[in-house]
Amino acid sequence: MVKNGPMPPARNGVLVPAWWQGRQAEAWKKFQATPMPRRQDEDWRFATIDAIQLGDFQPGRKGETADAAWAEKSTPSFSHAAKAVFANDRLFQLEGAEELARKGVVFESLSGALEKHPALLKKYFMAHPVDLGAQKFAALHAAHASAGVLIHVPKNVEVELPLVSFHWLDGNDSAVFPHTLIVAGENSKVTVVDFLGSADPEGKGLACGLNDLLVGPGAKVNYICFQRWGSNVTSFQLNSTRVEKDGEARTLFVNLGAAYARQESRSTLAGSGARSEMLGLSVGKDRQEFDQRTLQCHDVPNTWSDLLYKNALDDRSKSIFKGLIRVAPGASKTDAYQNNRNLLLNPEAEADSMPGLEILNDDVRCTHGATTGQIDRELLFYLMARGIDPRTGAQLLAHGFFEEVIARLPNRKIGEAVRTAVAEKFTAMRSRSRKMLTSASRGKSPRTSEEEAMDIRALQGLAG
Amino acid sequence: MSGIVAQDKPDLQIDQDQGNFSYPEDYAFDAGTGLTEKTIDYICDTKGDPDWVREFRKKALKVFQDKPLPTHWASKDLENIHFDDFRYYLSKGAKPKRSWDEVPDDVKKTFERLGIPEKERAFLAGVEAQFDSEAAYSNIKKAVAEQGVVFVGSREGLKEHPEIFRKWFGKVIPTGDNKFSALNSAVFSGGSFIYVPKGVKVKHPLQAYFRINAENFGQFERTLIIVDEGAELTYMEGCTAPKFDSVTLHSAVVELVAMKGAKLQYITVQNWSPNVFNLVTKRGLAHEEAEIKWIDCNIGSRLTMKYPGVVLKGRKSRGEVLSIALANNGQHQDTGAKMIHAADETTSNIISKSISIGSGRATYRGLVHIPRHLKGCKNNTECDALLINSESRTDTYPAIVTRGEGNSVQHEASVSKVSAEQIFYMQQRGLSEGQAMSLSVNGFVNELVRQFPMEYSVELKRLIDLEMEGSVG
Repeated sequence: MVKNGPMPPARNGVLVPAWWQGRQAEAWKKFQATPMPRRQDEDWRFATIDAIQLGDFQPGRKGETADAAWAEKSTPSFSHAAKAVFANDRLFQLEGAEELARKGVVFESLSGALEKHPALLKKYFMAHPVDLGAQKFAALHAAHASAGVLIHVPKNVEVELPLVSFHWLDGNDSAVFPHTLIVAGENSKVTVVDFLGSADPEGKGLACGLNDLLVGPGAKVNYICFQRWGSNVTSFQLNSTRVEKDGEARTLFVNLGAAYARQESRSTLAGSGARSEMLGLSVGKDRQEFDQRTLQCHDVPNTWSDLLYKNALDDRSKSIFKGLIRVAPGASKTDAYQNNRNLLLNPEAEADSMPGLEILNDDVRCTHGATTGQIDRELLFYLMARGIDPRTGAQLLAHGFFEEVIARLPNRKIGEAVRTAVAEKFTAMRSRSRKMLTSASRGKSPRTSEEEAMDIRALQGLAG
Repeated sequence: MSGIVAQDKPDLQIDQDQGNFSYPEDYAFDAGTGLTEKTIDYICDTKGDPDWVREFRKKALKVFQDKPLPTHWASKDLENIHFDDFRYYLSKGAKPKRSWDEVPDDVKKTFERLGIPEKERAFLAGVEAQFDSEAAYSNIKKAVAEQGVVFVGSREGLKEHPEIFRKWFGKVIPTGDNKFSALNSAVFSGGSFIYVPKGVKVKHPLQAYFRINAENFGQFERTLIIVDEGAELTYMEGCTAPKFDSVTLHSAVVELVAMKGAKLQYITVQNWSPNVFNLVTKRGLAHEEAEIKWIDCNIGSRLTMKYPGVVLKGRKSRGEVLSIALANNGQHQDTGAKMIHAADETTSNIISKSISIGSGRATYRGLVHIPRHLKGCKNNTECDALLINSESRTDTYPAIVTRGEGNSVQHEASVSKVSAEQIFYMQQRGLSEGQAMSLSVNGFVNELVRQFPMEYSVELKRLIDLEMEGSVG
């Protein structure tokens, strides 16, 4: 059923250096030579492999939206230092780069970076492993990557405000390959936010994105990814994070969109004192499938990692979490934690959880946990007694359930943006259910978002 | 591995060359090496199997040959099994022999420390092919027979009680469940068949031990236990004493059936010598309000792969697995549990404790499955691993599928080492480091061991002491 996938890269008249072309051709060969995943592959256990449609998608298509509309669509709710906007992998806007350049910070589109910073790309572009199952799709990404940003923060430079990228899928049957490469020098500090979305919420499409975080000694990097592709998109979001001595990485993947979304996240703790916090948050509806694979790789002594992935699943949606903490023989004093919590909002929803450990050293502290359950009936009753319909009540409790993740973000404004994104998804789900159950309104006017926000705060910590 | 073991380190490894087993050439009942249809015919002819069994075996052989090794998830060590080099059937009289003088000293010492009776030592060390437990066996058989309990070998079971045997045989674990269940289905011999009639509560645990001479410690034993409505039974298999054998592949199949309201507890203590591949399939079928509990203790073998399971088929049935694994140098204990919820309000509980010593590797692998249409199911899983030395290894690979209404699962696992402060504290009070270590380890498993029958828990404690002695300093 699956054909060869998208067409090999065509350059649309953009000139790229020969070495880059060579790499892309090699990656394309690798993509073609690597077989499609099979049901019996451990790395794809429980995944609905038939949902992966590579068929007819075309990269680099001219979209249907007017060019001028992109800047307007792409406005984050928080202040930011720089912004890049791509639609169907074409760059529409790049602002703030010059200001950053004065501090020596590079914020450049990939094509710009090929011209101005080839050495950085040669050294860091996909230099770290993507090996949690989606190798084929990493190769596909490498073959096509042309959109996205290279961020380089030099030694001792702190970028206060977040750097933001928007990637849009436009029209039907488009394919995009968003790339984010963050290279944080010694003792530097930066926060990067990616927004992924579709112009047409029902357009079919393929998104195969990759982000690499290279956290230098003592550096601090926060990365937040809002995945809000349209409901008919197949999505891959592959992350590889490497943290050097005393560095700190924090990643949050907010999964709201796509029909099938595979998200891989790997943290390599490569230097003593390195820390990585890995967060995930998903809301599923209809038949959405969130396929999450993670690896916490402790290679050297005295490193720390903490993973928390929370999924709330409605309708017939499904989440898969497969995580592994791997402690190398020499990696004593490892402190690693892994936690997957799933909330089933509907009896038809499914949560598959495979929290794994491979520990080859005795002097460690490693624990993991996984729970799956329903909304606490007593809490729901409490809300219903106050006139809130059950579905809204369940969603409010789900908000409370997510607070544990959101509270870990250092930037409160970004935290608010996550809450809003989750609330928007719930609102969309609710309005649909209202249509179905018109009697449920009971003459009450729809609640405002302020009211909702108050409820959320009141309920923080109640569910979990 | 060396046969010379320092005095203070009596671990359970033996030199396989020392005191070699010898096979006389003229076996009356030897199927030769390798496995073909001829081997199956030979086994059937010798055992006098009925035709349906012959057919069953041959079908299973085909399945075995067609199935690949599960090396895409399991240990690559499986590739070291050379199926053509094994003898698949040795009848009585064809057991290997050696003299007591040839038994390595450390083995003798182990027996002594465990307090194994003289007669049993000889059998366990392979000096005597048969252990004369006839008196004990016939006594217990007589006692339970008065209650209508059938307690025989699987061979007698299929011949004398075909109406019950055939109904359940191969139903809980189908031939094609995995490569090794297919192998067992092709060449099985030995094992027990037990039927407990409605409402009968068997007071004393039945032990495979009573039937040692009835080819019970076979390579490919096949056990089928059916506990009828409202009846209760505890069954014990194996013993804490090390069992030495030159046969390096063991692949048993154990099927349990608990009818409505029945309670069945199956206790295993596995202590094969460290050259044995122990690849066992065990599963129970619990009907309405029935309860099946596996207590599974793995100490010996080179590689054990065993995941006792319960299919919770009836409403309000309950499944439980308590598992202890101890992996010493060169050993891999790949154990775990499977809980398949197939009815409303079913509950399951898995508690696994593993200890890795030296280069030992302990793996927990589990499956909990709660499908879409069910309501009110619960699972609790706890896995704790203790690592003793810096090169010890532990892995945890659970898989949990949850759907349906009002179902909840929780899984927790932790990895730790013996706290240096605890050891220091105990040494301050005059214990040696080894004693302190084994006290800590015993404390780690104590909560589970307390649920064992008394004699098992006492022996287990001694055994842990022994295993721990060589591990420090």
